[in-house]
Amino acid sequence: MNENSIPFAQNLRQGLKAAWPICLGYIPIGLAFGVLAQKAGMSWLHIAGMSAIVFAGSSQFIAVSMLAGGAAGLAIVVTTFFVNLRHVLMSSSLSVWLPNEHRGNLSILAYTVTDESFAVNYTRFLSGNWDLQRSQVVNLTAYIAWIISTVVGGFSGHLIPAHSFGIDYALIAMFICLLSFQLISRLVVLTAVVAGLVSMILSLYIAGNAHVILASVFAATVGVGLGKLRYFRKKSATEQKGL
Amino acid sequence: MPEAYLSIVVAMGLVTYIPRWLPLFFLTKYSLPSWFKEWLALIPGAILSALLLPALVTVGEPRHLVFMRPELWVAIPTFVFAIATKSLGGTVVVGMGLYWIVDKLF
Repeated sequence: MNENSIPFAQNLRQGLKAAWPICLGYIPIGLAFGVLAQKAGMSWLHIAGMSAIVFAGSSQFIAVSMLAGGAAGLAIVVTTFFVNLRHVLMSSSLSVWLPNEHRGNLSILAYTVTDESFAVNYTRFLSGNWDLQRSQVVNLTAYIAWIISTVVGGFSGHLIPAHSFGIDYALIAMFICLLSFQLISRLVVLTAVVAGLVSMILSLYIAGNAHVILASVFAATVGVGLGKLRYFRKKSATEQKGL
Repeated sequence: MPEAYLSIVVAMGLVTYIPRWLPLFFLTKYSLPSWFKEWLALIPGAILSALLLPALVTVGEPRHLVFMRPELWVAIPTFVFAIATKSLGGTVVVGMGLYWIVDKLF
């Protein structure tokens, strides 16, 4: 126990340090969700319950507007499933970095996998010196920030002026930065360009967010195929030497 | 709120959790073929880009393309800042600041 206590404090500190940009992004969105949910007739307990049980921002917004519109429960659940299906790709990518970990701990981590926590943890794994415990800290911090900010939004979100301090841009800026961390080889850059363009085009024709999954799967598959070409093999080998 | 609120939310939680849980529970126990590992290694960049680009250049429901948006133009200096500093927190703050200024000006 004593042996573990110092690394735990370190892990906690490093996890919190990695998590604060996520919290900065979640607070305005959580507040906005709270305001919307409260307007739709939800009590703070309804809000806290949904944030704690579902913990998936965009699907929560959709669910509240469907609830307000009197949609059937089944329709809400099916929509939620499809909106959140993209997490299967994120958990798959994370699983490569977590071999032989305890399944109970992995099941806890899985509960709080989001776009943002996935990207932050994956980036840390990629640069080395990251593990399950620090990932748990990142995920749980983001989880708590989300629950608190949605509940606070339900009570007093209307007091905070919308669009202040460019806060609407927090998550976009975070994605930009996390994407820049990923661009370590020509192959990744090409895959990202294909994914972005395909996603953009598909998003014009498909409502919802299926375009994200379709474009990512398509681009990664193209990437694996192109990775067989000597041009990318050579390039990535020399770049790896440079790292 | 409907009487079934709690059961709807629990069902939402369940269908959200299963895709998050299955790969972490099962894939971590098997050694995956190398092509699949390569594929998974390309997924993060792909998914971030697939989330990001539509957010920068599309608006409305149904979505349509708009290129003259502060979201897109602020993204360029934000990206340069990210590459130069490698600081996530710094990039978030700088991106917000730039967006705030641009939004005030136009």
